[in-house]
Amino acid sequence: MYKYDTYDQAMVDARVAEFRDQVHRRLDGSLPEDKFRPLRLMNGLYLQLHAYMLRVAVPYGTLSSAQMRVLGDIADKYDRGYGHFTTRQNIQYNWIKLEDAPDILADLAKVEMHAIQTSGNCIRNISSDQYAGAAADELVDPRPYAELLRQWSSFHPEFSYLPRKFKIAVIASATDRAAMRLHDIGIEIVKNDKGEIGAAFYVGGGMGRTPMIAPCINAFVPLDQLVTYSEACLRVYNRYGRRDNKYKARIKILVHELGKKEYTRQVEAEFAHLLTQGIEPPLAELERIKAQFADPAFESGLTDSVDRSDPDFALWVDRNTAAHRVPGYAIVTISLKPVGGIPGDASADQIRLMADLAKEYAFDELRVTHAQNIVLAHVKKADLHALWTRLDEAGLSTANLDTIGDIIACPGLDYCSLANARSIPVAQKISERFAGREGELGEIKLKISGCINACGHHHAGHIGILGVDRKGVENYQLLLGGSEGADTSLGQITGPGFDEDGIVGAIETATGVYLANKEGEERFLDTYRRIGMAPFKEAIYG
Amino acid sequence: MNILTGNDLKTGAVTWWDGSGWSLHVDDAADAGAEADTILAREEAARHVVSAYAVDGEKTAEGVRPAHIKERIRALGPTVRLDLSLKPADPAAGNWVI
Repeated sequence: MYKYDTYDQAMVDARVAEFRDQVHRRLDGSLPEDKFRPLRLMNGLYLQLHAYMLRVAVPYGTLSSAQMRVLGDIADKYDRGYGHFTTRQNIQYNWIKLEDAPDILADLAKVEMHAIQTSGNCIRNISSDQYAGAAADELVDPRPYAELLRQWSSFHPEFSYLPRKFKIAVIASATDRAAMRLHDIGIEIVKNDKGEIGAAFYVGGGMGRTPMIAPCINAFVPLDQLVTYSEACLRVYNRYGRRDNKYKARIKILVHELGKKEYTRQVEAEFAHLLTQGIEPPLAELERIKAQFADPAFESGLTDSVDRSDPDFALWVDRNTAAHRVPGYAIVTISLKPVGGIPGDASADQIRLMADLAKEYAFDELRVTHAQNIVLAHVKKADLHALWTRLDEAGLSTANLDTIGDIIACPGLDYCSLANARSIPVAQKISERFAGREGELGEIKLKISGCINACGHHHAGHIGILGVDRKGVENYQLLLGGSEGADTSLGQITGPGFDEDGIVGAIETATGVYLANKEGEERFLDTYRRIGMAPFKEAIYG
Repeated sequence: MNILTGNDLKTGAVTWWDGSGWSLHVDDAADAGAEADTILAREEAARHVVSAYAVDGEKTAEGVRPAHIKERIRALGPTVRLDLSLKPADPAAGNWVI
């Protein structure tokens, strides 16, 4: 894992002191709200529906046990005993007091964490593959590249006031587990025909009210030009992105309106200029970062066999573990989606337990996934049963990864001031309705957003739900056919929306159509793509 | 009713204008009538409240009920964590929101 150097620590400590002073001045009246608001947002502090909400950055989703433990302690000490893991691999606290915020940031700084750039029109937390460094299908570990970009983008003076927020994802596997093409910039670390490692740039993706899949604008940027090319992409956006209309200000609109060809031409021209400016950090810096992501001390000669005599454990192994690149190890996903639970929520005790289990079984490291779960990336297969037993005792052994119960849901109108409808109660009803049918229904990615901003990724769900406000009444639109993987696609709306119970019934009908038409091992998405929307629509609306 | 709501500056807690100050309970909400803008400006300037605004509401047999679901959720707390709401002992409290 990356360890802060003296510069990193000094920057974060200085920001804590600065924000402490700003909060003090706000409370004594010398700083009015209109001046204070952008300052608190730069530190991840929102004013939400019920209270202040603090969003803490988890760079590329990676955490140490010590960091995770502090996240649990903050939930107890300053919040109401729980935290909410988000679709951008961060954590949010919903009940923060303004007067406590500087102390929380100070607690975070002690374990090399902060809330900087988790809000505002800047480059946000860089996300990545939660299986990084462990996946059997990975070319290289993408996190050193994400870390290099984190350092480049932190406090970048030119990009602190962009037209809109800016999200970057970095992956290094053919299997996209980070919704890479639905980011402002998606970077895939690739190998070219000469066997050299470089970066493919996908620019102009995103969800929100105008969903777009990012086109590839450069299939191979050499690694010693990674930062320079990123800078060129941002510069063209910063120069021409629309600042007159918030709803047209994201880079996806610029790329769409200019066209991929013209946007790329401008980026390449800017890139050629920037190459003369010497802004790229030396490769030695990348090597320094890489050294901090060295493999943990994997043991060799371990067995791959697992005692499957306990059927509940065997089911969890089948559903919630993935292939590791080292024999004898597995990647474990801890589902934060218990039946009827709140997707992404974990109690302080659960957070601390996961920290302890990571220390005990997974080389002191955890990952937050964009699907709002937690990953222990390196677990000995021989330890899986002991780990599962401990998780089971704490209500963390739900075996539902990538099934209909593994729902992504934004906080919705229960917590969010932007939302139009509640997401969580819908997720709970679906989870309860379909509990026990995960095997029958197979892989289904179901995603719920409580408004058009799409924090719940509804456009990318095999089944997506969008909550809207219809004359003060919650209404839910159903979308089918979205995907966030290497085969990224955007879901299509089936037709008129439903109330809270009606949307659950519509999903029941849609899964019925799937089961009636499924061929062989087809997933829900495969069947939808083969037979199209019409049979689903016919069954749902009659 | 023209009722006023905002958040307490220090704690962020949802509050309601009760005619002379800010209450945590929507049932205490007073009708600000045509004075809403004046009260909001004065109270924000005095740092008694932040992000305050006026909403429609009505007096019912059960108390003051904001017209829009968003404010009803603000008044109660999250419907999915009634244990954290202002009516933790009432398992049916969430129904008030709908």
